[in-house]
Amino acid sequence: MDNFNIAGKTFSSRLIVGTGKYSSPSVMVKAHEASGADMITVAVRRVNISDRTKESLLDYIDTSKYFLLPNTAGCYTADEAIRTARLGREAGLSNWVKLEVIGDERTLFPDNEELLVATRTLVKEGFVVLPYTNDDPVICRKLEEAGAAAVMPLGAPIGSGLGIQNVNNIRIIREFARVPLIVDAGVGTASDAALAMELGADGVLMNTAIAGAQDAVAMAEAMKLAVRAGRLAYLAGRIPRKAYATASSPVEGLVGR
Amino acid sequence: MKIVLNGDPFELAGPRTISVLLSELDIDARRVAVEHNLTVLKRAAFETTEIREGDQVEIVNFVGGG
Repeated sequence: MDNFNIAGKTFSSRLIVGTGKYSSPSVMVKAHEASGADMITVAVRRVNISDRTKESLLDYIDTSKYFLLPNTAGCYTADEAIRTARLGREAGLSNWVKLEVIGDERTLFPDNEELLVATRTLVKEGFVVLPYTNDDPVICRKLEEAGAAAVMPLGAPIGSGLGIQNVNNIRIIREFARVPLIVDAGVGTASDAALAMELGADGVLMNTAIAGAQDAVAMAEAMKLAVRAGRLAYLAGRIPRKAYATASSPVEGLVGR
Repeated sequence: MKIVLNGDPFELAGPRTISVLLSELDIDARRVAVEHNLTVLKRAAFETTEIREGDQVEIVNFVGGG
């Protein structure tokens, strides 16, 4: 089996999916099933004190089946992210965190300096830190040196659906990284996920591409197949690119020559 | 007595533990995390941590996200 290991934990699927922006909880549940994912991301937010009628996300997630990965989405400083990670650990009773420290509101690009500071602190506190980062091989290397359990470069801005914008950087990050490489954010459709895997990513993390699709459940299945296909193609080893044709059929024994 | 709960002023009849506050608010303690005066509490500490005048309490849970 081609299992996916992060920090000593084994996952059967290389697709990690989110829980945000679904049209309804039941669509989310079906999409999660169709995706085949066994790790799903969640956000940490204040409980609504004045309106306690709202159902809890956890009513819809079978935590015996799915591993929860709390994120620090929306945090703009290392301090906020560290605080949120600590709260997420107590809410979910696991020491894993998808670490996001955002540096810009319009692009949601990460703040590298704050991300490094938060990674160092949380690693010291015993967290398994999975940082969402720029598609920059140097910052990925620094995060790895800081003790990150994986590096998660973006393919494109969060929720943009633009696909992998800097294929060469992802390839270089693959070459550099000694920890799992997960392409996180920017996927729009199945071929984007397949490309990430063909470049050698160990996994792909996505939310909007599935949740925002017209048929989220069908897209979840498409992503499952794409991640699998891309992984197999990577392991199989593709043929070199050539400028000219090479015949597939014999050139000898042609009738009439 | 006044406290700050999830960033807003909140009135309590008097000091009480985190556990009591959660049950008064009808919040399932197993599904939330609580920060008391900027310290994140272990769940076991809900029973023993007392909220006093002017304290800051944050109660969070998981919501959908990517």
